Amino acid sequence: MASEHPRANLQPLTLHIPEPKFRPGDAVDFAEVDVPPAGEARRPDTADKASDFIDLAYTLVRVLDDDGNAVGPWDPKLSPDVLRRMLRSMALLRAFDERMFRAQRQGKTSFYMKALGEEAVAVAAAYALDYEDMCFPSYRQQGLLIARGWSLVDMMNQIYSNTADRLGGKQLPIMYSVKEAGFFSISGNLTTQYPQAVGWAMASAAKGDTRIAATWCGEGSTAEGDFHSALTFATVYRAPVIFNIVNNQWAISSFSGFAGAEATTFAARAVGYGIAGLRVDGNDALAVYAATEWAAERARTNQGPTLIEHFTYRAEGHSTSDDPGQYRSEGEPNAWPLGDPIKRLKDHLIAIGEWDEERHAAQDKELAEQVKAAQKEAEKNGILGHGLHQPLESLFDGVFEEMPWHLKEQRQQMLDEESASGRPWDIKA
Amino acid sequence: MNMIQAINSAMDIMMERDPDVIVMGEDVGYFGGVFRATAGLQAKHGKTRVFDTPITECGIIGVAVGMGAYGLRPVPEIQFADYIYPALDQLVSEAARLRYRSAGEFTSPITVRSPFGGGIFGGQTHSQSPEGLFTHMSGIKTVIPSTPYDAKGLLIAAIEDNDPTLFFEPKRIYNGPFDGYWDRPSQNWSKHPAGEVPTGYYKIELGKAKIVRAGEALTILAYGTMVHVCTAVVAEAGIDAEIVDLRTLVPLDIETIEASVKKTGRCMIVHEATRTSGFGAELSAIVQERCFYHLEAPIERVTGFDTPYPHSLEWAYFPGPVRIGEALKKIMKDA
Repeated sequence: MASEHPRANLQPLTLHIPEPKFRPGDAVDFAEVDVPPAGEARRPDTADKASDFIDLAYTLVRVLDDDGNAVGPWDPKLSPDVLRRMLRSMALLRAFDERMFRAQRQGKTSFYMKALGEEAVAVAAAYALDYEDMCFPSYRQQGLLIARGWSLVDMMNQIYSNTADRLGGKQLPIMYSVKEAGFFSISGNLTTQYPQAVGWAMASAAKGDTRIAATWCGEGSTAEGDFHSALTFATVYRAPVIFNIVNNQWAISSFSGFAGAEATTFAARAVGYGIAGLRVDGNDALAVYAATEWAAERARTNQGPTLIEHFTYRAEGHSTSDDPGQYRSEGEPNAWPLGDPIKRLKDHLIAIGEWDEERHAAQDKELAEQVKAAQKEAEKNGILGHGLHQPLESLFDGVFEEMPWHLKEQRQQMLDEESASGRPWDIKA
Repeated sequence: MNMIQAINSAMDIMMERDPDVIVMGEDVGYFGGVFRATAGLQAKHGKTRVFDTPITECGIIGVAVGMGAYGLRPVPEIQFADYIYPALDQLVSEAARLRYRSAGEFTSPITVRSPFGGGIFGGQTHSQSPEGLFTHMSGIKTVIPSTPYDAKGLLIAAIEDNDPTLFFEPKRIYNGPFDGYWDRPSQNWSKHPAGEVPTGYYKIELGKAKIVRAGEALTILAYGTMVHVCTAVVAEAGIDAEIVDLRTLVPLDIETIEASVKKTGRCMIVHEATRTSGFGAELSAIVQERCFYHLEAPIERVTGFDTPYPHSLEWAYFPGPVRIGEALKKIMKDA
């Protein structure tokens, strides 16, 4: 017979709340992070079926070993010249970040986000893609623009929202849009760019074009519905798109466990969709390059999408508005077992006799000067804190192709109010 | 032609004229759509231009935005407007703002078609009127036809338009105008002048309302199915009302509205959507701001109630002849 308490003998359930291994004050030990030897992962043919290499979604594709040698089947065998250019782009990105971070602290702009520690992710990918391919980045892929040789001054103009800002001061700093350089307008709403990249890639395929799309999101935002919609669409239509998940361990203060990292890898998200999945050492520029090149070949030969998890570490805070000291151990960035991507590529170039410490130091100096000069140039066009840089009436431009009456009316009201206020704005009534 | 055929014809013509126009959505390809609006289009224009999609509205709109950024002109279908909510972010934060945020570098020339409104025993999930959500967000146009003739001309204009446009199709009047009496036999579009639809290309400019019935006693602002219900009620009541079919909510034809209300001195607003923060609230505010000194009675709103759409009590919810008639009496009381 059923008792009064039919479940009285059962253990109560418990709710699991993920918790990162280290909090402020904790000593860091990353021994549990599985780092397989470089060169160990196999490299399937780009025409192979995604289900034939599921193991690659659970390991780490690595090319650079601890001694700076490029080893194994994924070694892209780049010329020393390309390696040096890639190193230079990564170092330029770091110098740019450093200077713009300081510009924010000096009150010259409202906001900035560094890519410190994950420079290889965007830069190496940019080198492996064609310039004509369309990138749908998230907010930490400024390395794409830098690797594509885009003007630093133009980027800074956007950061300063000054008179030369191509976006007319309408976007948060670092939310670039450069169609000319294949860099899609960045959204602050997470992972919305994922289905958009799929749509672009599908359009390219439908038109018989040869260009492909690539997109990036953080590991945290793989939880968004758009991510899963995008993967579904991409697998259904075999869209020529590369999905990049930048697993930098932290989504502001939430560690990767809150996106499901305790249970599986992010590359394994691909498996359920029948999409090719690779998990790569994101601090290894050669591994990132090789994986992207491989995925691009798959896309270009109608083998469909590839999802790449870049296993890396966000060495800096989320943004200038964040203080990582409040939620993670200060020992983490230095203890990170995959090292510094710039140092690793530099060590490789030195190991093959194509670079040395002196040249590197000289280059760093030169890049710092280049960034400084660009900053001086950009600041001629104004900085965010110094009044209004855009004509007031431009506030209403671009909501629609042609301005409807209600916006014209609101614009006139604003201009009339400004005129009456006697404030010294430049009114073009 | 009925409204479905008119809509089908608009897409067909635009696909013929512009190789960048593509049609996508759940069931729109081989089957031709649950309402048959895309019937025959895949057979004629090919599978890469007319295709079925996975059941993910945010995916459908997100993908359409990317296609638009590439240079195509996607016409995605959301099978029922009730299912547009998962796509809300892609519509209002992405499509609607892409031009603004990229200073014109990228645009979203997409036209989202979706059947909306009640009166078909569709219950909570096949009856809603979400237009007010979108009129509230800047950067997206909202178009609602009330006849086959208008549907074709407006849809062609929307597809040619370079801004993202929502094209809400009042499904209660797909097959014929509706007088609001669910238990009476309904008329077919073949017996209505607006059912005479040219087979070729023509368009109706967005942002222009239509005076369906000229009158002096009061102005009724309506759109979609409600245009026909109001027309029937006015005829039955023998009131000389001016009925304005708004046709597009954004951009709104303020000139026609203002001229009409100033002429008649009375304004009644009718829509199916829930009342609070509905588009009628905006219309009411606009009329009050611009026509206050011409008004001879308070503005009347006749709308759906602030409840989910009830299945069995659908006709109590629906702003039908009884509710509209009561409002007419009230607004005309001192006339």
